[in-house]
Amino acid sequence: MDPAPSTPAPADVPTARESFRLGVRAGVPYAVVGCVLALSFGVLARDAGFSALGALVMSAIVFAGSAQFTVISILAGGGGMGAAIGAAALMNSRFLPMGAALAPSLSGRALQRAAQGQTVVDASWAMANRGEGRFDRHFLFGASAVQYVTWLGGTAFGAFGGQALGDPKLLGLDVIFPAFFLVLLLGELRDARSRGVALAGGAIALALVPIAPPGVPVLVASAAALVGLRQRAGDDPRRGGVT
Amino acid sequence: MSTELWLVIAGCAAVTAIIKAAGPVALGGRELPPRAAGVIGLMAPALLAALIVTQALADGSRLHVGADTAGVAVAGLVAWRGGSVLPAVALAVVVTAGLRALG
Repeated sequence: MDPAPSTPAPADVPTARESFRLGVRAGVPYAVVGCVLALSFGVLARDAGFSALGALVMSAIVFAGSAQFTVISILAGGGGMGAAIGAAALMNSRFLPMGAALAPSLSGRALQRAAQGQTVVDASWAMANRGEGRFDRHFLFGASAVQYVTWLGGTAFGAFGGQALGDPKLLGLDVIFPAFFLVLLLGELRDARSRGVALAGGAIALALVPIAPPGVPVLVASAAALVGLRQRAGDDPRRGGVT
Repeated sequence: MSTELWLVIAGCAAVTAIIKAAGPVALGGRELPPRAAGVIGLMAPALLAALIVTQALADGSRLHVGADTAGVAVAGLVAWRGGSVLPAVALAVVVTAGLRALG
């Protein structure tokens, strides 16, 4: 069950350190985009009532962009704690199948495996996939490490220095994340079913905005995903993902 | 910053850590039940769409079309036309800031 090779690896298989370094290099473009997103997160979190330290701590211990933006957009709209955390949990539910797929490529005891599982972020997970259910975990660690550094740096810059930039609304900083999410969403629309679910999710949220408490429209919109209970041949739920 | 916000951060960190640990620890390489996997696979389009519309087409509990709506729409257009994420987002910021400066 332990997939870590105990025999010396052939010459063409990268060592752990090489894999890590390759992962870091592959993670750089995503780290750059992440830095800009994190900057806007830092600014918007301050607007939503977070202290600069609070924003930085959140980026440090949550490290999941879509969940973090979900939380601050719900809180900024007046939503409650439960709605914010619930929506973040749903947004992160994609890490369940991703972690399950990664599991055979990890080693060690439960606590170690749990710790290694924390390094899963979308881009790293996808890039570390070697096919046939195998993952290069050191590549994954490297790709996530560089993204973690710029995620924290960007958040710190936005949270501590954001005021110096001026009014985030006048600068248009508040559209960075919905615009980014729209680009991600377009990448998710692979087939008629995902398009239908996206339309339904958007329609449910819009219909509920005027009547439901803040945060609830996003939570209820997740019900559109229940269409997935109806199975189809050839489904692979692990494709795609958001940042 | 209020205690409530710290609790949100702690709660969010806890659920994220548990979700990320669940696969490697509990599932140990077993597949999720196909129905569960099917629902989870569609969570992203449903939630992304909901977040986008509540952000771009609403202001609090009021439906509202504004400069941000136009900016987000432009980003969608750029991405739809095959543009990559950075130009799409940058143009959204420029359009939104420009419209707000005019208005």
